[in-house]
Amino acid sequence: MQEFPAVLLDARLWDIVVLSLEVSLAAVGLASVVGLPLGAAVAVWRFPGRRTLIVLLNALMGLPPVVVGLAVYLLLSRAGPLGSLGLLFTPPAMVLAQTVLIVPIIAALARQAVEDAWLEYEEQLRSLGARELHAALTVLWDIRFSLLTVVLAGLGRASAEVGAVMIVGGNIDGVTRVMTTAIALETSKGDLPLALGLGVVLIGVVVALNAAAFLLKDAAQRRYG
Amino acid sequence: MILPLRLDAVRFRDIVGPLSFDLEAGDSTIVLGANGAGKSLLLRLMHGLIQPTGGAVRWSAAHAERHQAMVFQKPVMLRRSALDNVLYALELAGAPQARSQSLAALDEVGLRALAHRPARVLSGGEQQRLALARAWALHPEVLFLDEPTASLDPSATREIEAIINAFDASGTKIIMATHNLGQARRLGDEVIYLHQGRVLERAPVDRFFSQPAAPEAAAFIKGQLPWA
Repeated sequence: MQEFPAVLLDARLWDIVVLSLEVSLAAVGLASVVGLPLGAAVAVWRFPGRRTLIVLLNALMGLPPVVVGLAVYLLLSRAGPLGSLGLLFTPPAMVLAQTVLIVPIIAALARQAVEDAWLEYEEQLRSLGARELHAALTVLWDIRFSLLTVVLAGLGRASAEVGAVMIVGGNIDGVTRVMTTAIALETSKGDLPLALGLGVVLIGVVVALNAAAFLLKDAAQRRYG
Repeated sequence: MILPLRLDAVRFRDIVGPLSFDLEAGDSTIVLGANGAGKSLLLRLMHGLIQPTGGAVRWSAAHAERHQAMVFQKPVMLRRSALDNVLYALELAGAPQARSQSLAALDEVGLRALAHRPARVLSGGEQQRLALARAWALHPEVLFLDEPTASLDPSATREIEAIINAFDASGTKIIMATHNLGQARRLGDEVIYLHQGRVLERAPVDRFFSQPAAPEAAAFIKGQLPWA
């Protein structure tokens, strides 16, 4: 058994770290493509059932990862609707599960940010002759640094969750083992140095991402007001 | 020419109206009244930001919205430079030579030196001047102003009033809501006095202040609450 600092030099550990980042970043990318326009649309357009959708999105922010994992598992299992794709226990399945998990987070937070800005800008932009879509795009561009924080909240949730990737990925060594599932496994096996090493890296990644986002937003605030 | 503007029994729920009057080119019109009288709502109805629930707002030419601008009580600036805020408005309007026109507009309001500053870090008075520059660049036939100096100090207010005078001199029709009597006297040619959503009096500025016909208007001028 390796000691704690030495384990950080283990290539296996870094394979796990890289896979974790690949899965979570892919999920955040997909969830942003779906969630940001969804949040913006709910913020700007008035349609029947809008308030229900807002409540639903806010409630879904707290989706339990294991439930999402179970749902995606049923979807991808051999007898399920997407079973023929053969994705279960592969990284794409993990990406899908995390995407489902964080779309509501990104959509709900984006909805709030866009709606606040929209209330402030709408009359002025319409007075200047901007049509609805153009005005909405102007607002989105103007609050892009706030939306970056929204995306990061999604990334934090994705990289920290264990339940969904455990169920649909299966925690297969060298294939679908990510930081959180490895920590859970190594802790139960008693390999505390590896678990601790992964924990340190996981926290380091999350802190570094948030620090970068904070610095970017701070610089933007100083530059653009 | 989009003027004269005709309001034909314009209503908004039971808050404003029915209002029927014409506004001609030339004279600066001050919409005066206490808080809640419906001044801001009336301006928005005329400018087309809010649709009336009854009656009609009739301009004398098509595409009237392209020949109007509005400056709000609290200026809304995009997170970009002062110059880019003016450019944004001109590009929406499809104006040629947008850049030189924007710089000229900034010159007009005395903000040329701050053209490349982020608009949102300018002071309140500077932001309101920038809002006026944005309107100036559009060469509107009608300029709506909704309490443009309500949150500004006296020196910033003087600067804003000077720019409004420049609009007037350039031939733009001024339609301004205010509850500041001194400002109404300084900038207005005629007063429309609004009380609980109705026009109680319309008169040239001098006559309105010297011999108001409506008792509520007289009380308002004396600084009394109309119902006291």
